[in-house]
Amino acid sequence: MDGNGMIDLQSEIRIMNIKRRTFLQTGTLASASMMLPGFMKALQRPNMVPPGNKVLVVLQFSGGNDGLNTVIPVRNDIYYKERPGLGIRREKALILSDEVGLNPSLPAFRDLYEDGSLGILNGVGYPNPDRSHFRSMDIWQSGSSGKEYVNTGWIGRYLDAQCNGCDKPTQAIEIDDVLSLALKGEKNKGLALRDPRRLYNSSQEKFFKDISETHKAGGDEVDYLYKTMADTLNSADYIFRQSRLHPSGASYPATQTGRSLKTIASLIFSDINTKVYYLSLGSFDTHINQQPQQQKLFEELNNALKVFVKDMKDNNRFQDLCMFTFSEFGRRVSQNASGGTDHGTANTMFFIGGGLKQKGILNGMPNLNDLIEDDLKYSVDFKNVYATVLKNWLNADDREILGNSFDYLNFL
Amino acid sequence: MPVSNQVRNQHLLWRAGFGPSAESIQELANASQGEIFKRLLKFSSKNPEYIDVANNAFDGLFKGLQEAGRIENLSKEQKQALRKQSREGIRNLNLRWIEEMVNGQAQLLEKMAFFWHGHFACRNLNMYFQQGLLDIIRKNALGNFGELLREVSKSAAMLAFLNNQQNRKQHPNENFAREVMELFTMGRGNYTEEDIREAARAFTGWGFTIGGEFVFRKQLHDNGVKTVLGRRGNFDGDDILDILLEHRQTARFIAGKIYKYFVNEELDEANLSWVSDRFYNSNYDIRKLMEDIFTSDWFYDPRNIGTRIKSPVELLVGMRRILPMELANEEMQLMFQKVLGQILFYPPNVAGWPGGKNWIDGSSLMVRLRIPGLIAENDEFNLKPKTDDDQQMGQMMREPDDPGPSMTRAPNTAGLRIEARVEWDVYLQNFSGVEKKDLIRSIAGILFQKTEVNDKTIMKYADINNRESFIRTATIKMMSMPEYQLC
Repeated sequence: MDGNGMIDLQSEIRIMNIKRRTFLQTGTLASASMMLPGFMKALQRPNMVPPGNKVLVVLQFSGGNDGLNTVIPVRNDIYYKERPGLGIRREKALILSDEVGLNPSLPAFRDLYEDGSLGILNGVGYPNPDRSHFRSMDIWQSGSSGKEYVNTGWIGRYLDAQCNGCDKPTQAIEIDDVLSLALKGEKNKGLALRDPRRLYNSSQEKFFKDISETHKAGGDEVDYLYKTMADTLNSADYIFRQSRLHPSGASYPATQTGRSLKTIASLIFSDINTKVYYLSLGSFDTHINQQPQQQKLFEELNNALKVFVKDMKDNNRFQDLCMFTFSEFGRRVSQNASGGTDHGTANTMFFIGGGLKQKGILNGMPNLNDLIEDDLKYSVDFKNVYATVLKNWLNADDREILGNSFDYLNFL
Repeated sequence: MPVSNQVRNQHLLWRAGFGPSAESIQELANASQGEIFKRLLKFSSKNPEYIDVANNAFDGLFKGLQEAGRIENLSKEQKQALRKQSREGIRNLNLRWIEEMVNGQAQLLEKMAFFWHGHFACRNLNMYFQQGLLDIIRKNALGNFGELLREVSKSAAMLAFLNNQQNRKQHPNENFAREVMELFTMGRGNYTEEDIREAARAFTGWGFTIGGEFVFRKQLHDNGVKTVLGRRGNFDGDDILDILLEHRQTARFIAGKIYKYFVNEELDEANLSWVSDRFYNSNYDIRKLMEDIFTSDWFYDPRNIGTRIKSPVELLVGMRRILPMELANEEMQLMFQKVLGQILFYPPNVAGWPGGKNWIDGSSLMVRLRIPGLIAENDEFNLKPKTDDDQQMGQMMREPDDPGPSMTRAPNTAGLRIEARVEWDVYLQNFSGVEKKDLIRSIAGILFQKTEVNDKTIMKYADINNRESFIRTATIKMMSMPEYQLC
């Protein structure tokens, strides 16, 4: 807080709530904010985002993360028998319960667990799993059944459902240079950016602004291109302005994940209309010499996430955060001859946030006695997770978006 | 606005090839579409040369593999070396084929092959297999669709990709049969799941040797009676392909896909029925089908001109054709393919590249608009493509500071430059008789298929010091506009 009395704070929250309702009606907070009279604008203060503005952060582990060495069945003899070199010994694991330990490189996740801010869902997958990276990632990102080929992503279709007439593609942002299928809808697409300032700088070329302003309608396709360009240029300004409203002051590690999460934090503290953030970490494709690779990636994640969670809590935004992790598949139960693991099937997902309704280990550990072709059987379809997140967190029409109805889980 | 003869010719060259070349511009004002098409056909009538990128190192490794009999018998180092050489090979195959698209005369053939490359989408990390499949596709690109389908279906690359080696009498694997019916011939909704199961039984035993030769493994084949699309018999894989080709729906599905790709994403029912009937009656003669399309009046209807969003490869190849350039850093072409979402030999899935508006999002569009400037000004390129674990681009791109042999990382392009040297002379000659005040319109007439250009904006950004630099800078600016994304 910055010296305002309680009454001022209350009235500010009221104003913000009015603004937020406007946002819900018009679909963009930006336009609402720009139409605000100057005196109201002056009331915007750091850390004043009112509660209830929920955001989703999706973290993709690219390459197929080894779930069994992430959430470890520390009492399972089969696990240790199948992984004589690679299995993580009980003494080394971060113990969560009698049966379950975490990878030693994830102490921040143990803290979250103890704090009641972590959910672990085991055995997540889909029927007839595909062991090809690109096909399986395609299935996860499109949210399809795996039988058909879908050219849109589940978050993209969320944008289509939510964002009718939006003037900026900022409701879903990927921290990357290239936009993933997950964020591509039929009509609306999210925006990929590595860094708000860089996007802003590169959008400052006057030429693009000039041609954008002087373009006259010229047919479907060319207008679509001009609209995309104009939206991108506007968004670049908007995102940059927002990112500087209340930039995070926390000191994040100088890794890519650290920088990405700091960008996300700064945007979450701002007034931006973004509901979904997307980022990736990888590669987890550990066929050879798995241990040091997974450790390196987990350390990067752990150290960045630790700061991010504290940052969210310090700014009272943690209860409105839901973050989940996924990977295109898990890995084979048995280790291979190269100190690594080969492509597998069902996998573990983490849920992180202050608003989880169900915490801890959400279901049973994978049954290593009951395998198909040496791989885990899935027990939860990932589309149940999507449906739950869409419905209970983003307040969206999951059936329309997923093209089918899936039972909701209880964690949100 | 009536469509000029030049635009009609450029329309033909963009759709039946990779766009006009700098040398071809002069004649486009007066030549007829018939003449141009005849020449396209003529240059594409020869059997294309086999593109062979295998080097001695790979040949040696591959021979070792054949002697060893199976990949499992190789040592770890041999396997690693083989994978590495194979990736290199696919990378070279990519660049070699791009060269054909840019500089080859057989434009129609390469464009058709490029279409089939997306239709028979296949990922396979064995360079020999990919090279073989590309050859099948180029050899048959304008031939008979039935032949093309049969050769593709029997290629090691496709059999491996669609798991038919695992399709055995006792354990049928339906993947191959399903994709052959859904994606290669009839399209969804024209057969039942039972048809797929039965067809899969007919394909049992189709496999390939370690050298990539097709082999029919009799002992794995299911000799029982199958019922497929209402027909009963002890069918094998060839019979199934015949049955699929007998169905008019196959001609319609293929002609429809070709119509969407070469004419307009929006189907015109009358035009489609006409071409697809003739395609069927010609027993699937692809060359005749393309002739029907490119010599029809409706192909030149204004609603079909300038409405197609160029794919990344079309965009990049088209630029190199109109502005001939020397590339010191060829690898940048892979980088652009990657950040724009179309890498040859790495389709997103077995359905191929979806195309159209799917190419465009805020980030990809801005990269597209910046490429001409990067070429002209040799600016640094600062984007980082995603990792692709099937493809291990990090190794394919030969990153100098790769952290280790087994880490697959996307290359960091910070500081990479295109290092292109544009050879402006041929291009500039096209404007020798053009009056100064008409220059912008004249450039737009070559670069844009449809639109009126705003002279004032271009004037503001072009270098007016002398005529030559004016044409050069105005050209680069216009290529950096959304209009240039369309053909």
